[in-house]
Amino acid sequence: MKPGTTSAACAALLGRDLALVWRRRGDALNPLLFAIIVVALFPFALGPDQVVLERIAAGTIFVALLLAMLLSLDTLFRSDLEDGSLEQLVLSPHPLSLLLACKIAIHWLTTALPLLLIAPLAGQLMHLPNKVQPVLLAALALATPLLSLIGAVCVALTMGMRRSGMLLTLLVLPLIVPALIFGAGACNAAQAGLPYAAPLLWLGAWLVLALVLAPLAAAAALRISLT
Amino acid sequence: MNLADDILPLLEARGLTFARNDEAIFGPLEFALHAGEVVLIEGDNGSGKTSLLKVLSGLIEPSAGEVLLNGTPLTTARLSHQVALLGHLLGLKLELTALQNLRFAIGLGGIKSGITPQLALASVGLEGFEEQPLRTLSAGQRKRVALARLLLVPAGLWLLDEPYANLDRGGIELVNRLLDHHARQGGAALITSHGAYAYTSGTPRRIALRKAA
Repeated sequence: MKPGTTSAACAALLGRDLALVWRRRGDALNPLLFAIIVVALFPFALGPDQVVLERIAAGTIFVALLLAMLLSLDTLFRSDLEDGSLEQLVLSPHPLSLLLACKIAIHWLTTALPLLLIAPLAGQLMHLPNKVQPVLLAALALATPLLSLIGAVCVALTMGMRRSGMLLTLLVLPLIVPALIFGAGACNAAQAGLPYAAPLLWLGAWLVLALVLAPLAAAAALRISLT
Repeated sequence: MNLADDILPLLEARGLTFARNDEAIFGPLEFALHAGEVVLIEGDNGSGKTSLLKVLSGLIEPSAGEVLLNGTPLTTARLSHQVALLGHLLGLKLELTALQNLRFAIGLGGIKSGITPQLALASVGLEGFEEQPLRTLSAGQRKRVALARLLLVPAGLWLLDEPYANLDRGGIELVNRLLDHHARQGGAALITSHGAYAYTSGTPRRIALRKAA
């Protein structure tokens, strides 16, 4: 008789969720397409004026990528709730917050990481100066996990409701605005030749805080939603 | 098994009451379940059978009273790996194969000694379906995969919600066989039924649920 270790449980969950994303890889590409289309439409709407595009490039890319992530947020726990897997997770002897942290990590890996990879391409589409590219990537690398974590808490809170999509967006948006301000702010500062470390450090601090607290909050919210 | 195990019930409900939005669902209930016992929970639709199982497993908290598992109180903060719940929702991923689903269950809950996922699938009559995605299986076959999960995880207490639903005659006999085997090995099971099919071996103890007044 082997009761099963927590690390084995996390590994099993990570493996299963990755296999599921692979099975639904068409759906997984959706946010990526959405982000590319939004960014590609701006030059058409505003004209190919390099000065204008340069000015709005970082902000536009930031908004497009965060909204693309928001698209996939609702599905974070949805299928697990609908087929009863969530009950099995909650009933398992392992800390629920840790299991949810695994699910959040998969969400970030499968939606945010591909978005990060296309960010340089989006930068080229918008004439983003080369010196700002690394700052944009750093800001996105800090802001996207923040969205995954904060989003997971909000998803867990709205879980019990039937049509929670609208409410979820309303809940997440104000919470993610600081990340947007600091992230796009760092890019704008870099573009103007100003120091940009401070906003990035703020994002980092937020991220560390969210890494510790969000899985705990999500686990508590989920238990409430299940009753 | 020592004397204390014989006396101490696996599961005990004391004054267990559950209400949702101030509407009483069931209770107060008093019962004890000892190792080797299979007990039927009977009640009409909406009499709170599913809620009772969820409370007993620790998924939701009772409004009053407590659940004791091997003598220690069960709370939602501290669930036990001694309990396996099989509900209306099977907790299986339709995109994955039977084997993948079972391997995940083992990772999450551990595994009994002397059994493999393949053996478990064979003993629920799904030999040859190991690598098939569950989407291509029938509802009854999916249920059998969920039953195979019960065989694998080291839980002494089974809480089964309508285990006979969706199963053919052979499946119903299979459930009864699994229950007998589990009871003989010192496990215990609580099963709900609306009465159409029932546990046939011996005369199981019954707990009747009625709407609380």
